[in-house]
Amino acid sequence: MNLALSDEQVFLREAARGALSRFKTIEAAREALDGNAPLPDLWPTACEAGWPGLLIDESTGGAGLDAFDAMLVLGECGRVLAGVALLGHLPATAILNDSTGAPKDLLEQLATGAKRAAYLPASPPSDVSQEWTLDPAHGLARPSAPTAVQDGDGNQTRVSGRLSFVPDAPGAAVLVGVALLDGKPTGVAIDDDAPGVSVEAVQGYDATRSLGHITLEDAPATVLDSSPESLAGAWHLAQALIAAESLGSVETALDASVAYAKERHTFGRAIGSYQAVKHSLTEVLRQLENGRSLLYYAGWSRTGKPEEFPLAASAARSVAGRALDQAARTMISVHGGIGATWEHDAPLYFRRAQLTRRLLGGTAGATDRVAGELIAQASAA
Amino acid sequence: MDLDDTPEQAAYRAQVRSWLTEHKSQAPVLTGPDALKDEDEIVTARRAWQGKLAEAGLAGVTWPKEYGGQGLGPIEQLICNQEIGQAKVPGILDAIGVGMLGPTLIAHGAEEQKARYLGPMLHGDEVWCQLFSEPAAGSDLAAVQARARLQDDGSWRLSGQKVWTTNAQFASYGLLLARTDSDVPKHKGMTMFIVPMDAAGVTVRGLRQISGEAEFNEVFFDDVALDSDAVVGGVGNGWGTALTTLMFERVTIGLGGEGLGYNSTRFAQAIAEDEHARRDPEVRHQLGEIASELLAVRFTGYRTLTALQKGQIPGPEAGLAKVTIVNGAIKAGDLITDVIGPDALAQDSEWAYMISFLPGLKSAGGTEEILRNTIGERVLGLPPEPRLDKGIPFSELRSKETAAA
Repeated sequence: MNLALSDEQVFLREAARGALSRFKTIEAAREALDGNAPLPDLWPTACEAGWPGLLIDESTGGAGLDAFDAMLVLGECGRVLAGVALLGHLPATAILNDSTGAPKDLLEQLATGAKRAAYLPASPPSDVSQEWTLDPAHGLARPSAPTAVQDGDGNQTRVSGRLSFVPDAPGAAVLVGVALLDGKPTGVAIDDDAPGVSVEAVQGYDATRSLGHITLEDAPATVLDSSPESLAGAWHLAQALIAAESLGSVETALDASVAYAKERHTFGRAIGSYQAVKHSLTEVLRQLENGRSLLYYAGWSRTGKPEEFPLAASAARSVAGRALDQAARTMISVHGGIGATWEHDAPLYFRRAQLTRRLLGGTAGATDRVAGELIAQASAA
Repeated sequence: MDLDDTPEQAAYRAQVRSWLTEHKSQAPVLTGPDALKDEDEIVTARRAWQGKLAEAGLAGVTWPKEYGGQGLGPIEQLICNQEIGQAKVPGILDAIGVGMLGPTLIAHGAEEQKARYLGPMLHGDEVWCQLFSEPAAGSDLAAVQARARLQDDGSWRLSGQKVWTTNAQFASYGLLLARTDSDVPKHKGMTMFIVPMDAAGVTVRGLRQISGEAEFNEVFFDDVALDSDAVVGGVGNGWGTALTTLMFERVTIGLGGEGLGYNSTRFAQAIAEDEHARRDPEVRHQLGEIASELLAVRFTGYRTLTALQKGQIPGPEAGLAKVTIVNGAIKAGDLITDVIGPDALAQDSEWAYMISFLPGLKSAGGTEEILRNTIGERVLGLPPEPRLDKGIPFSELRSKETAAA
């Protein structure tokens, strides 16, 4: 047993930290909220570092690495609130990489980052529902996944549906996900410039996140020979990635809060010496450490024990999501009033936490799946 | 990153498993209709079983070979624990002795002490207990008041009280932290002793808890005579010796955190059995939150092991896992009892027992509040609480405390 990072993984993480440090991403996040300046384009940096191809096999130009490596990179993005379009791109490449029907040249272009993909997120069936469902545009009711129809000779497949708040959809060249063909989950890839495809960029509460509403109206699609496991796996991979990214943000939020608690004095004492402050920071650390442990579980299980990957990734998302909420609120309260103002970075983490909590099925959706997976296991035992 | 056994570890696991398969019919039965009921019988049977485990090399796995151990690492210890759990047989009776007190003797004891005590401890012939906590010295362990006074002939006289002492009712020896000098600051004036539990003046009294059962004891010492060779680790060095024990306590928790049975699978099973509860969104949400954290603790344990394997010593952050386990189990107990209703509180219910046990466990090994202080200071580097006992001779502390109040 060895739950330590390999030398290569340490290098990957340090390289990511170094590459992202060349940009003032935190300042840019605030400027972008004001609409003063666009966010820095980090995709060229990602391409240079080889991140777009992390989960694509070496035979098609990728790095052939696994989920945990991708999670390390996402963690670094989260640390500095960097909007790199990996959350949308990587699960899409995982589906294509699993499929033998995916065009080789497309995979190669996605591996180098010459083309960018976005994953069409659909939550797979659970112990209580056989439906593939989508995040709603508004409210609690979850719509069904897009549907696909084939013309008489089966040569042309067309997909229709509406997806809301899709990470990294604006500007993606190809959209990859699940559509229901005669009720059967089927992998599809759709070009963004195909007829019947429209992507509307959504101005986010957190400007560092690029989100889009996608409408598909009889959009022509390439059918992939994806297994249901591969399609569900992309959803769970997205959960693991957003968990890793969230914990990265928790790390910096906690570091900043601890540093301030050491230097700020009231009543003649550093505020970090008060139990109330100390215990709230320790609580963030507790949740962060729990989340880190679950990242190992998720990263290991995707190939080490695939039947547990849904549980592991959902548990990681659940704990990481709550950790980010806790860290963002604690960051504000430790800093006092200034922490709630535009002057400070804390609101940027708060905005990140608020939006993240509601994306990709939400933290609550992941929590429910943890229960569902365990209940299903218990019933099978 | 890899969670699988190396070929060597797999071979070790196979060897442990094959021994257990062959011998498990000799293990005492503690659950089910054929379970032993009489406490004396249980203790006798478990001591004998510990002896068999020790002869087979399945006790004291990490102890050096010269003291009867296997000289193996923490991973092998974990493999051993896992296989014993898998075989559904009891582990060793004296986990406190073998896991914490024996290693303390190995680190600080005199050669004569090691030669005399370690063998019988490992084989279950002499069970040990840990005599550290007192009614007024728990989280602030260095406040112990049990007093050992040096006699002219070099022997000692011990008076005072200890509490929360597991296994004291049948222990042969205890490792006891006593004050030997009140005129120096409190961390400096303590000494560790080996105390024979059958010595004149030692009284053990069961301490019943919420469940009605007495898992712990109070132990009273009334002018108990101790020989000069009862001192472990030198006079005045008691605190350093105690810290070694507490370090091994964290390792033991890291290796067996789930051994308490507070795990996601068990709790999910209870919910899954109720057709309505298993579909109820609120119940599922609570179960999901609790289970995620308990799953995390399993992998925190593996991280601890990885660190141990690399020769690093687990720090106080391992205490966070205890906070997670206890609070997770408390929430799970509430949730499951809400689902089942008052039946969950029936006399023989596993849940009644669990929810009764947990409020006390919350303070075991230091209260949650003191753990959070320690972790905030040692791990996050936050400034310490202002304290009134620094550098003050122990004998003057009481008046100082009274004056401050």
